[in-house]
Amino acid sequence: MSNSRSDLTQNSSADPQRPDDHFDSAAPKVAQPKLGVVGWLRWGWRQLTSMRTALVLLLLLAIAAIPGSIFPQRMANPNGVTQWETENPDLFPIVDALQLFDVYQSAWFSAIYLLLFVSLIGCILPRTKHHLKALRSRPPRTPARLSRLADFRAESLEGADAERAIEAAEKRLKKQGYRVERYDSRGSFSVSAERGYLRETGNLVFHASLVGILVAVGLGGQFAYTGQSVITEGTTFVNSLLNYSSMNKGRWVSDDALDPYAMTLDSFDVSYVEWGEAGSGQAGDFSANVTIREPDGSTEEGAVRVNHPLRVHGDAIYLLGNGYAPTVTVRNADDEVVYREAVPFLPQDSNMTSLGVIKIPDGLEEQMGFVGFFYPTQAPLESGAFTSAFGDLVNPVLTLNAYEGDLGIDDGTPRSVYTLDPTGMEQLTGGDTGRDSIELSPGQSAELPGGRGSVTFEDMTPDGADPEEVGYSESVKRFASLQVHHDASTGWVLAFAILLLVGLMTALFVPRRRLWVKVTPEGDGMRVEYAGLARGEDPAIGRAVDELAEGHRKDL
Amino acid sequence: MGVMPAADALMYDSWSIIMLWTAIAVYVLAFICYAVDLAQRSEASVKAKDRAAQLVGGGSGAVEERSTPGAGGRPAGMMARVGTTLTWIAFLLHLGATVLRGIGAGRVPWSNMYEFAMTATLLFTAVYLGVLFWKDLRFLGAFMTGLVAVLLGAAALPAIYVEITPLMDPLKSAWLVIHVFVASLATAFLALAFALSVLQLLQARRERRSVDDESLAEKKSVLRTLPSAEALEGLAYRFAIIGFIFWTFTLIAGAIWAQDAWGRYWGFDTKEVWTFIIWVLYAGYIHARATRGWRGTRSAWLSIVGFVAVLFNFTIVNMFFEGLHAYSGID
Ligand code: HEM
Repeated sequence: MSNSRSDLTQNSSADPQRPDDHFDSAAPKVAQPKLGVVGWLRWGWRQLTSMRTALVLLLLLAIAAIPGSIFPQRMANPNGVTQWETENPDLFPIVDALQLFDVYQSAWFSAIYLLLFVSLIGCILPRTKHHLKALRSRPPRTPARLSRLADFRAESLEGADAERAIEAAEKRLKKQGYRVERYDSRGSFSVSAERGYLRETGNLVFHASLVGILVAVGLGGQFAYTGQSVITEGTTFVNSLLNYSSMNKGRWVSDDALDPYAMTLDSFDVSYVEWGEAGSGQAGDFSANVTIREPDGSTEEGAVRVNHPLRVHGDAIYLLGNGYAPTVTVRNADDEVVYREAVPFLPQDSNMTSLGVIKIPDGLEEQMGFVGFFYPTQAPLESGAFTSAFGDLVNPVLTLNAYEGDLGIDDGTPRSVYTLDPTGMEQLTGGDTGRDSIELSPGQSAELPGGRGSVTFEDMTPDGADPEEVGYSESVKRFASLQVHHDASTGWVLAFAILLLVGLMTALFVPRRRLWVKVTPEGDGMRVEYAGLARGEDPAIGRAVDELAEGHRKDL
Repeated sequence: MGVMPAADALMYDSWSIIMLWTAIAVYVLAFICYAVDLAQRSEASVKAKDRAAQLVGGGSGAVEERSTPGAGGRPAGMMARVGTTLTWIAFLLHLGATVLRGIGAGRVPWSNMYEFAMTATLLFTAVYLGVLFWKDLRFLGAFMTGLVAVLLGAAALPAIYVEITPLMDPLKSAWLVIHVFVASLATAFLALAFALSVLQLLQARRERRSVDDESLAEKKSVLRTLPSAEALEGLAYRFAIIGFIFWTFTLIAGAIWAQDAWGRYWGFDTKEVWTFIIWVLYAGYIHARATRGWRGTRSAWLSIVGFVAVLFNFTIVNMFFEGLHAYSGID
């Protein structure tokens, strides 16, 4: 603010400490002292902790964050990265080398924010020290010529007592929360008042909370883990590292960090907007209804819903996804069951056209695999292919293409359960084989070609159910994809975030200002002067001086 | 917060649309009135003494309230008053359209891009009209009504408009109400700051030039009827910090929601990234104003860049960038 720049207002020790290039600091001295090593270090440190550096780093941070919204990020969207690679095989290595798929862990992004935080710490430490001292200091001496301040009022009062007048002013200012100090001298009385130390406190709390958040996030990540697992209705998941389909854990998570509770998916609810209504086919109200069994045998029921994670033993369990898990039985040529399982099929579109893979390593002449599509409500496309027209089980159909040969799982190479590599295998149905794909409704079976056996799509409708009433609606089991997340630092991060917000509001809205009242006896009356000075942004300083003058006159 | 659309959702929505288009038409009329007012101010400025030119070099506490920025104390013109009245009418229609949409949907009317645009621009107008009680900023009227008319018109186009559909699960949360509402409020204040920063740049250029060339100081210009560049900057800053605080809250509330909905409070999802970028840009702006050599024109540019990023986030990022925040409702 312009009126804080007057020559009258050289900074006092009660002022917050600011970097040299802060708007309110005195202009730096131009003289260059001889620089030794220490001198250079000090110079470098001062550059790093200057306002300009902070500003440039902030702007760099903003710019550096942009590519992360343009390129898919491994952390958030690994499939997107794979897809980008297939679409741009030539560019991929270059872009990858620039760490553009890992922007927020990249060397350059880290460098920027680490420098920023070094600068930040280098900035707030001395300021905190200074501020703690300033909190104990007294308001500065009343300037000799108040009239030179921009916000100045004066008036002459007849027949009043100067001493009483200054005491009234002192009392009034004190009551308004100012810290006051009397400076009486050669025939004049004055009171100097200051308020708004909280402004600097807020600023420091704000900046320190930024560091707090960074530290909490950084440390918290070392102790946090996130695992994903897929549970089909009726099955149980035991919370141990081995049972997760994927697990991300921090460096300092010990192997026995996981509490061995068990979780059974009793049922999975979902509702669909009916045909003909706006948004028809949209699924919602997902709820994975589970029973948690503690190691001591006690059980408890709960539900995992979107926006409502289930909390168990300090873990938060989230619903990530869901789908169908058709139950398939395969029999060999002797009609013996060699495979029977509910196989999770991954949804490919919003109507739950789902893709899945079945692998049968043992029990048949040769290893066999199936690649299948599941359509909860089968409908033909114009091309003759099928699709699903609705997410619920209205007309469920499973189609399977069979492959025979080496599944490639015997040599210990890890393979995804959701993909089948057909190299070296012979396709038996579908495609160019001349045989139609196997196509089954719940309860139906089909022979495998060449008398290899049979495959059955089991109808899982519970025994007691009335077929008229339930139709196919319970014929296929559902699965829930759950995420178990453990991070004890979230509370800390939230606490710092709230501190940050409170600090910010304090720093921006609490005005810091000085007010002075000076009373000089004049004849049988006196002259009263009022002046104000804003320290930092303070649009209401003029009004404050007016109000002081007015209130003071009333006091007398 | 209800969850199911009303039985006669279609009827409510039809009335909502009719009111919305009427509101757009009235906004356009208000815009025309405000624009004519600006032209008239420019005319009047020839006769008036140029205050700003006097201020150059004087530089006293120019941010102090000056209630009527009309030239030489001229009360704001007839056209500005008509413009404001029309803005009030448009606002009420707009409010009606938004409320009807909410009733029809049985929930807050800001859960897809169409509705979000509707509510956000409603808040733009509300904040602008509210600010008028405090200070005569009708010279921003043309900008505000113009911006609202354009955004609203675009939102009502078939490409963006969507019928009432039930909420998707992740949106069924109290945080939808808070997070999105406060984000819109933040945007409204940042929009005002943006307009003031643009005027500040123009004013500063005029002030600089009229120091060199006295004849310029007398030339007719609407800018001569506006506060000095320094006063405009002070105003812009005040709106920006309010917007920044709301934005900070938006960021925190969004993180809390993401923790519930997606199992992590921060994941550098596209929308999160842009919210963060905008936050950092405005932090930069606030810093810049406290940095020697950056106050004035340079910091004003940051305020402008910040708001461009806000608009970019709301339009381009919503429609074309991939991410978890896929709630625009547009295919
Ligand atoms: C991590 C990045 C940073 C962010 C996001 C940030 C943000 C902010 C914000 C929002 C303000 C205005 C609110 C207030 O006055 O408290 C502010 C003020 C301030 N910041 Fe920072 N800051 C950062 C780093 C730094 C650094 C590294 C320094 C030291 C060079 C610094 C020094 C200051 C100072 C001195 C003020 C007071 C400005 C005034 O007098 O109005 N900040 N900062």
